[in-house]
This record gives sequence, structure tokens and C-alpha cells, in this order.
Amino acid sequence: MSETIVEVRHLSKSFGDHEVLRDVDFSVAKGEVVSIIGSSGSGKSTLLRCMNLLEKPSGGEVRFHGQNIRNAGFSLQMYRARVGMVFQQFNLFNNMTALENCVVGQMKVLHRSRAEAEKNAMEYLTKVGMECFVRAKPRQLSGGQKQRVAIARALAMNPEVLLFDEPTSALDPEMVGEVLSVMKTLASSGLTMLVVTHEMGFAQDVCNRVVFMDGGVIVESDTPEVIFTHPAQPRTREFLARILDK
Amino acid sequence: MPNAQSGFFEWVFFFVRTYGGMFLKGAGTTLLISLTGTVTGFVIGLAVGYVRAMPCDREDGAARYYVLRFVRGLLGAYIEVFRSTPMIVQAMVIFYGAAQILHVTMPYVLAGYVIVSINTGAYLSEIVRGGIQSVDPGQREAALAIGMTYGQAMLHVVLPQAIRNILPALGNEFVVNIKDTSVLNVISVTELFFVSKSAAGTYFKYFEVFFITSVIYFVMTFSITRFLRWLEKKMDGPENYTIHGSQTVPVGEIKLKGEPEHE
Ligand SMILES: Nc1ncnc2c1ncn2[C@@H]1O[C@H](COP(=O)(O)OP(=O)(O)OP(=O)(O)O)[C@@H](O)[C@H]1O
Ligand SMILES: [Mg+2]
Repeated sequence: MSETIVEVRHLSKSFGDHEVLRDVDFSVAKGEVVSIIGSSGSGKSTLLRCMNLLEKPSGGEVRFHGQNIRNAGFSLQMYRARVGMVFQQFNLFNNMTALENCVVGQMKVLHRSRAEAEKNAMEYLTKVGMECFVRAKPRQLSGGQKQRVAIARALAMNPEVLLFDEPTSALDPEMVGEVLSVMKTLASSGLTMLVVTHEMGFAQDVCNRVVFMDGGVIVESDTPEVIFTHPAQPRTREFLARILDK
Repeated sequence: MPNAQSGFFEWVFFFVRTYGGMFLKGAGTTLLISLTGTVTGFVIGLAVGYVRAMPCDREDGAARYYVLRFVRGLLGAYIEVFRSTPMIVQAMVIFYGAAQILHVTMPYVLAGYVIVSINTGAYLSEIVRGGIQSVDPGQREAALAIGMTYGQAMLHVVLPQAIRNILPALGNEFVVNIKDTSVLNVISVTELFFVSKSAAGTYFKYFEVFFITSVIYFVMTFSITRFLRWLEKKMDGPENYTIHGSQTVPVGEIKLKGEPEHE
């Protein structure tokens, strides 16, 4: 078993009286590609957002290489730089070109020189097929192109693990393919990934492990083989029957 | 010099000839005070708006929370007071208050600058705060998610967009200031209105002189409004992206998004 990168223990999260996550235990090991599936409102995004403290967990802890990320002396900024995030709505910095989007974090957070940051950014923009658009502003790009730049931006920080929150859900159908194919390439290059997705094909073909969430808890976590062919839990079966029917 | 029988335009030409330099100097002072006052007011507005838009959460430490709440209360009072009283009254209070309490007689132009700055700051604070809140929260989250601090996220990502969004309001504030600096004549600032009043009073020719004055005000505000609009358009850059020197795509304009052009 390879080394655990991020680990969540007894994590809970409430918004007011509304309990969204309940006692979630979960971890991602180096080299794993894990997908989280589950119906809308089951807490998938909240789990991801708690993992990099965009939401403050109400209870439990998040550990990075065994260290609690809320310990005094632990740099939240450095942690976030090591754990990348790709958003459903892309969230490219609208005031910057594609290249600047990929450079600014490297310079301001990792204190890399401009030359080094640009070289690194170009490498990843090329990897996602966006090297011709380095000077384009986000509003000049299509959804699929924006998401590819957003992936390059996250990769340019050289993170240990990349979190994706429904990276293709805001895309027109004809653009889903280009983003998924980039993600497949990343998975096969050995990047550790945690992907919230409604793309069952991706979960089945690309991931080593699939986690099914429902009502704020992890119902089942297993290989895609097991989850998609003979899941242990009836709730998993029902969910898959519903979603694969469509 | 025209006499009692002279017509409107004779007097107008007379004033332009004799007092042209003074009018221009007055207009210069008006521009100087409103420009520097708007810029300083903007800096005040940025600082106050930034503090007022800061997340204030008890979990981040009680001391920080209460200090921030207190500072915010003060800033809120500043905004309310200066937005709820006329600038002409603020000018009187500040100028004569400084003289009486602090025993300083400010040079008139400096006093005008200070008053316009503080007044503009109060208005722009709220505009800046609104501008910050109008930026999609996803922008800040993405900045935090790559490891930026709150301050870095604001400086590099949120504020540039907020400022771009409030640029029209900022330009508008400048134009309003050009007109409203006229109230500074009550503390003897020799701006355009004060100069006009003196010239008109000498000959009892208020209509003729203030006709000239209004033309000067109009030319100033109109040309500045146009200039700012042009500047905004220029800053936004083109709607389309041109790919240069790619092997796979021929050089030329490629429309990437089927969006209609802005007018
Ligand atoms: N900031 C918030 N304040 C209050 N409630 C929230 C907030 N964010 C999420 N929730 C609630 O938490 C629950 C879980 O939301 P979450 O976004 O994690 O679901 P999800 O599994 O990602 O769903 P989807 O597939 O629609 O993205 C929902 O009921 C949602 O209404
Ligand atoms: Mg979600």
C-alpha cells in the first residue's frame, strides 16, 4: 500500500442546523485516481471544499501526510499549493491571460522567478493543448478551453494531488470530451486525482477506486469493478440504476 | 469697455478678453482640486471599502473580531456623516473648525482639496465595497485554492476586477466633483465659480459672466466624460483572440465565442 497523501477523519460539516457531512472517513494514497459519485446534494462538493479548507469543517480533521492541517505552525498556503483544485465553474482569473493565470500562483506562493514560472506554465499549457492561447483572456475562450487552462493552472503549482469538482458539468456536451481526455492523460501519467463526477464512464474506465456518497456519508468505496457490477449496498445499486437508466 | 447700451455678446467678448486668463486659472484650480480630490478620495475609498468587505468571523480570534467590528463601526459612521450632509456645510465646518480648534488656517486650495477628498472618500468607500462584492466569489476561492493569502487574492485577483467594474462610477464621481467644487467658494477657494462671481460683481453682469462660466464647466465635464468612456473601451481590449504563428491554425482573426460585439 503506497503512502497516504490526504486523509479525512470523522469529518462533519453543518450549515446552521443542516448537517451536510456526517463522520466521514476517507483517504487518498499516492498515485490513486479516485472518483466520488452520488446524487445532487449528497455532500460531494462540501467534502472536497473541506479538504482544502474553503469550508471550515465543523468537526473531525484533515491530515496531510499524517499532520493535522489546522495545527498551529502548519502553513495553510503551502498545503493548498500542494493540493490543487479544479472547479466546476473554471474560476479562471478574469483579469489575466491564460499564461498569467498559470504564472501568478507560482510567483506569489512558490516564489518562483518569472522565467521559471513561465517555462513551467508553458509546459502544462502545452500538455492540455492550450499553447496557442497563452495571451487570451478567459472571456475569449470557450468553456472547454477555460477548463483546460484551469487544469494547467493547477498543474503548474506541481501539486501532489489534484481535486476536481465536477469539471465537466458546466460544459456543453461537445466540450466534455476534450476535458475528459486531458484528465485521462493525467491519470495515466501517474498524477494522484480525486474527482467528483457524474461521468460514469470516466469513473469506470479511469479510476482505481469509486466512492459512493449519499446523505452526507460514504456509503460504499470500492474498485469500479465492484461498484458498477455488484455493489454491496442497496443504495448504491438504486443510485446506479437511476443514473445509468437515463 | 462696453457701456450700458452694449448688448449681451459685447459684454461676453469683453469678459473673455479681459478676464480670460482669470477664468482659465479658476478652471485650472477647479480641475486641480477635483482631480486630486477624486484620486485621494479613491485611495481612501479603497482602504475603507477593503476593510469593510473583509470577512469578519469570530472563529478567527476574538481580539481580531472585536477590533475589526470597532474599526468598521467608525468607518461606517464616517460614511454616513459625510453622505448625509451637504459638502458646502462640510466645507464650513472643516475650514472654520480647523481654524478655531486647531488654530491652523489652511491655505484655501489645500482646504478645498482636503474637503473634496474626504467627501469623495465617503461615497467611493461604498462603491468600492459594492465593487468587491460584485466580483464572483469563485475568483477569490480559486486564488485561495492555489495557496494565495487573503491579501494576495484581493490584490492580484479581486481588486483589479472590482476597480475595473467601478471605473464608470469613479469617472462619474470626478465629473460630479468638477461641478461640486463650486461650493468651495464659501471658503474663498479661487476656483471657477469664485472667479466668476468676482468678475460679475465688479460690473453687475451676472448673466453674461455665468454664461461663459457654464460653457467652461460644460466643456470640461463633457470632454472628460468622453475621454473616460474611450479609456474604458481601450482597457477592455478586443473581444476576439487572434492566434499568432500557429502551425495548425492559419494566422488570422478567429472568433472563438459566438457572442455579439459590445456596442
Ligand atoms: N454555503 C452553504 N450554505 C448552506 N448550505 C449549503 C452550502 N453549501 C452547500 N450547502 C448544502 O449542503 C448540501 C450538500 O451540498 P453539496 O454542494 O456538497 O452537494 P453535492 O453532492 O456537491 O451536489 P451536486 O451534485 O449538486 O454538486 C446541499 O443540501 C446544499 O444545499
Ligand atoms: Mg457539487
